[in-house]
Amino acid sequence: MTKEMTGAEMVIQALADQGVQHLFGYPGGAVLPIYDALFTQERVRHILVRHEQGAAHAAEGYARSTGKVGCVLVTSGPGATNAVTGLTDALMDSIPIVCITGQVPTHLIGNDAFQECDTVGITRPCTKHNYLVKRIEDLPRILHEAFHIASTGRPGPVVVDIPKDIQFAKGAYFKPKDFPHTGYKPRVKGEMEAIKHAIALMANAKKPVFYTGGGIINSGNAASDLLRELVKLTGFPITSTLMGLGAYPSADPQWLGMLGMHGTLEANMAMHDCDVMVCIGARFDDRITGRLDAFSPHSKKIHIDIDPSSINKNVKVDLPIIGDCAHVLEDMVRLWRTQALRADAKALEAWWAQISKWRARKSLAYRPSNEVIKPQYAIQRLYELTKDKDVYITTEVGQHQMWAAQFYGFNEPNRWMTSGGLGTMGYGLPASVGVQLAHPGSLVIDIAGEASVLMTMQELSTAVQYRLPIKIFILNNSYMGMVRQWQELLHGGRYSESYSAALPDFVKLAEAMHAHGIRCEKPGDLDHAIKEMIDVDKPVLFDCVVDPMENCFPMIPSGRAHNEMLLGDAAMSLEEAITEEGKMLV
Amino acid sequence: MNAPTISHYPSAPAAQKIETHTLSVLVDNEPGVLARVIGLFSGRGYNIESLTVSETEHQAHLSLVTIVTTGTPMVIEQIKNQLDRLVPVHRVVDMTLAGSCIERELAMVKVRGKGEHRVEALRLADAFRARVIDATIESFVFEITGASDKIEQFIALMLPLGLVEVARTGIAAIRRGPDAL
Repeated sequence: MTKEMTGAEMVIQALADQGVQHLFGYPGGAVLPIYDALFTQERVRHILVRHEQGAAHAAEGYARSTGKVGCVLVTSGPGATNAVTGLTDALMDSIPIVCITGQVPTHLIGNDAFQECDTVGITRPCTKHNYLVKRIEDLPRILHEAFHIASTGRPGPVVVDIPKDIQFAKGAYFKPKDFPHTGYKPRVKGEMEAIKHAIALMANAKKPVFYTGGGIINSGNAASDLLRELVKLTGFPITSTLMGLGAYPSADPQWLGMLGMHGTLEANMAMHDCDVMVCIGARFDDRITGRLDAFSPHSKKIHIDIDPSSINKNVKVDLPIIGDCAHVLEDMVRLWRTQALRADAKALEAWWAQISKWRARKSLAYRPSNEVIKPQYAIQRLYELTKDKDVYITTEVGQHQMWAAQFYGFNEPNRWMTSGGLGTMGYGLPASVGVQLAHPGSLVIDIAGEASVLMTMQELSTAVQYRLPIKIFILNNSYMGMVRQWQELLHGGRYSESYSAALPDFVKLAEAMHAHGIRCEKPGDLDHAIKEMIDVDKPVLFDCVVDPMENCFPMIPSGRAHNEMLLGDAAMSLEEAITEEGKMLV
Repeated sequence: MNAPTISHYPSAPAAQKIETHTLSVLVDNEPGVLARVIGLFSGRGYNIESLTVSETEHQAHLSLVTIVTTGTPMVIEQIKNQLDRLVPVHRVVDMTLAGSCIERELAMVKVRGKGEHRVEALRLADAFRARVIDATIESFVFEITGASDKIEQFIALMLPLGLVEVARTGIAAIRRGPDAL
């Protein structure tokens, strides 16, 4: 069924047809026709952000917490360039986004017109795909194809650049049933022979480990359920990347904690010493592997990924399986059951005994204090006081992000929104705006650093405008903490430009922006303050003043392998750990 | 234990053997597709030794891009997978792996000279089956087709005889036998 309408109306119609309820955007000259079309309808709700980067991050938070495609609408030139950070972030973390950008009229393209930029040129390397629409006849297909490409295969951001004359032009709107692209056909089913081989390897493993990532979350809830089933069936230990937290419950005894640069000792040691590694929806990123030539030297590596280019990119694997995590996991669970396979119980027992020794080192331990709030303690209290609620966590980037990953327990997928690949400071606040819109009744907390949060602080105004009671929990250590930590450890303690001088009074800032401000400086006041934060039905800026010199441990120092981790001084030495364990045996 | 580095990125891997591969990439003939392909190469630090593009199937709006690239086996594998990931790319075929394929390029070679040099240039051109496509009293333009090494050799021979300019098309490649790409 086709219908005559303008290009601008087609945009809104296509969004509505795709089930889009929220659109994050900022108007400008080259998108005015689309804003005009928005004005006369009620199907799509527009959320006015304060900066286009915020729109993209809000859409990311929305997408990550719902599994749907996040939508952005920005103008040409600076509107598009401001969105680039969010698009790159979405590309690195495989988040489905459709970003519609206005463009100068077709006849002015290339003339250096007002607010013109080469949007498709600029966004080509930071999108999964992009389009410049030059004919109104192409617009309906391109709009729907954008959603198809963003959400299928390995998800990612797609830009549709629409010149202003195309927005005014009239044409026939239709919703295509399928897409003739012969070049784009993501593979979802894994090759059965390879899956059988993988199952056989797993059944014979003596020291196996599951290493999972954000691909499980992207694959949907079914993938998380199947993963839990497979982990229970096999009895293997499981660790996950930063992006994969929540796919497997952190409360479960088979959970080793996060792996990688700031992962737990037991997770990294298990990765190093394992004989069979089952990597599902992760990509052997450099934060995970440490020194490549010493990465898990004695293991057979199985790698399940929907993107063939992830295979053998950093680490050579023995058994690649191209397919969607949920499909492959379903086949694995079925095969394991129908073949009535059993893991090697005796070998596993020895393997778990070894893992408990590593666990007994308590690699996340820190020195508690009654005087100053330790950042780890703050996260622990936040977790204890919110864990029974319907809670979603976003973060900025830095030490606070790692402490959140280490000390906040995630038991469900889609509850943890963080910038993993790109490491974008300023992600968390706008992301929490998107999350709160998608989950109006839930508790949404942005665990932040005082430096990160200032990068996109203006989005607090968005939260106030739409009555989104997000909680911004700032671990304020007056430093760009991760930068300071590296300067301490690697650059002789020369804290070059990493001190946050002239910080605002966050309480007054909150009040000036019609939000609620809380400041807490003493460990004894923390619980009460957190409860206040939860109870206030408004956006809250929580200034939690923490120990400025605390470092994030454990860590894999640069150029080192997984078994060469640096532990904090509160962790148990090998001898202590042994006696500690001895005590527990008694 | 290795000495710690001062960077928080892992150090570069040890040098591996570098291979040269010819890739045939079938793409939608649409604006920007070449920019996607070469942007991928520059963005990810891959090499392009030779690049040839032209529409090959007008009805289906398909173009064939032939790329000669170099890298370690792992990098070559990455290049193919990354190319395949581009939405307008239909197929990527590694002609070097596909077995026997024929590679040809065309060059136009301008030689300037008089007397004995001129006669010698003509004689060599004849031996290489190069055609004269332009001539003046003091110059020739030769057209030569063949594998790259043959063209290299011809150019090397023309150098002392007054070579002034070369224009080359880059490599086009096709598989031997009855099967199509």
